[in-house]
Amino acid sequence: MKILVCIKRVPATDTRVKVGADGTSLDPSGVQYVLNPYCEFAVEEALRRVEAVGEGEVVCLTVGSQEAEKELRTCLAMGADRALRVPCDSAFALPPATVAQALAEVVRAEAPDLVLCGKQAVDRDNAQTGAYLATLLDWPCVTEAVALEIGTGTAHVEREADAGHEIFDIALPAVVTCAKGLNEPRYANLKGIMAAKKKPLETVEGALADSGVVVHAMELPPGRPAGRIVGEGADAVPALIEALQTEAKVL
Amino acid sequence: MNITVYVEHDASGAKRASLEALSEARRLGGSITAVLVGPGGSDAAPAAAAHGADAIACYDDVCADGWSTDLASRAVAQAAEGADALLLSATSGGRDLAPRVAARLGVPMFSDVTRLEAGDDGWKAHRPVYAGKASLSVSGSGSPFIATLRPNVFAAEENAGAGTVEARTVDGAALATVADVKEPGERTLDVTEAPIVVSGGRGMGGPENWGLVLDLAEAFGNAAHGASRAVVDAGWRDHSEQVGQTGKTVAPTLYVACGISGAIQHLAGMRTSKHIVAINSDAEAPIFKVADYGIVGDVHEVLPVLAEAVRAARGA
Repeated sequence: MKILVCIKRVPATDTRVKVGADGTSLDPSGVQYVLNPYCEFAVEEALRRVEAVGEGEVVCLTVGSQEAEKELRTCLAMGADRALRVPCDSAFALPPATVAQALAEVVRAEAPDLVLCGKQAVDRDNAQTGAYLATLLDWPCVTEAVALEIGTGTAHVEREADAGHEIFDIALPAVVTCAKGLNEPRYANLKGIMAAKKKPLETVEGALADSGVVVHAMELPPGRPAGRIVGEGADAVPALIEALQTEAKVL
Repeated sequence: MNITVYVEHDASGAKRASLEALSEARRLGGSITAVLVGPGGSDAAPAAAAHGADAIACYDDVCADGWSTDLASRAVAQAAEGADALLLSATSGGRDLAPRVAARLGVPMFSDVTRLEAGDDGWKAHRPVYAGKASLSVSGSGSPFIATLRPNVFAAEENAGAGTVEARTVDGAALATVADVKEPGERTLDVTEAPIVVSGGRGMGGPENWGLVLDLAEAFGNAAHGASRAVVDAGWRDHSEQVGQTGKTVAPTLYVACGISGAIQHLAGMRTSKHIVAINSDAEAPIFKVADYGIVGDVHEVLPVLAEAVRAARGA
């Protein structure tokens, strides 16, 4: 059982976003970077599936700058066996179409039984890469999975959709993207962190094609007009109802 | 200009978010083709026509053995070939489908768009990033220009097109098919699509008090209920209800935050709501900085009175 996990280095979710000097990207000063939260679910799930089968390998892969090796080491410290990086200068700005093409090259070379991705990265919030990759590979794909079981050459997957949980039984190899609720990711312990330093981390070739996407500007959202406190406690309810009826007109 | 719009449908007809996308296409101008995939799709054709579709491509016999997003992506890619733009909704189904259509057509795509421009120098999309803490204006050179539109942002309006229906089909075998759908125990509106969202936070005190949130949501009649990350991580509520970064981004007409302090991740996920009401016992809570109307007070005391007053105001 070989599982390949695609991961991304992203700004932590408590980052206060400032626009950089170029006007099109995040000002990186003071920003802390972490393993994308949805990628944590993917790494954890890969480790659990291999543990359940009793044999296999978890390989983590990113398209990223050298700094992203920190996040790959985090994956190795959690228990992944080896890590691969397709070098690029600015992974944040790369369109998912470009990333998916580079990932597809590496996936074909590695030939895993299963590819896991986070359902989206919390920087650009595209939520495209996994499904885009699967289509390039012509592999079955389930996005936003909240349950996963591996059979013999098959996977049983639950997807959280608007109408309820969709159930899939798919043939492997396949691509599954991971949502919150799939598992509780483990924290790397000291032993894991020490072991991670000796695990293989290599750079691999992957063409980063220009997909013609241009970012014209990054802007901060306009501030909301100042609101008001209508009152204190339950006594304020009539004033709130009146405001909702006459000003907001939502009642 | 030719715009193709993918229209999602279920037993109750065309989805509202899809009618919003059709209406936006109509406003942008040109010839509009609606695409309906799956059994019963034709039933939604009149609604598509009423919202601006000039032509309607019905792939009723595709996915006859159960929904398959990869098979549907073949149909939508076929229907969108030669179009200048393809619009979908950033619903659960649209998010699943759109990247596959883009990959088939070999073009990039733009997710969760909140504003679209079609000018002489091509298409430009505005979309939130970092869960709404910033936005990007972006363009792509490929054709068609593919975008998913965020629900509840674009107005749905009737503006009839010719609505000429054409039955079509596409070849190919499904790689992954929905075998079954487990309905949630309590069937409720999804927070991303509801016009009103009532959310609770840690200030609710515990899961045993959640009846107050649910009752207020019910009092509004058409409200979904949501939760803060703290509440979901504590196991009080299911993660499908989480609003904010690592949860869902919502933009309802009215957002009511009950006992939510307003962490930056939560504010990012709901700050584009049209109107925001906050009820919190801490007058210094950050949620009051984005709220239009605030009540400083104990949610346990305020919520039951508010629910009753909302019912009275609605005459329910």
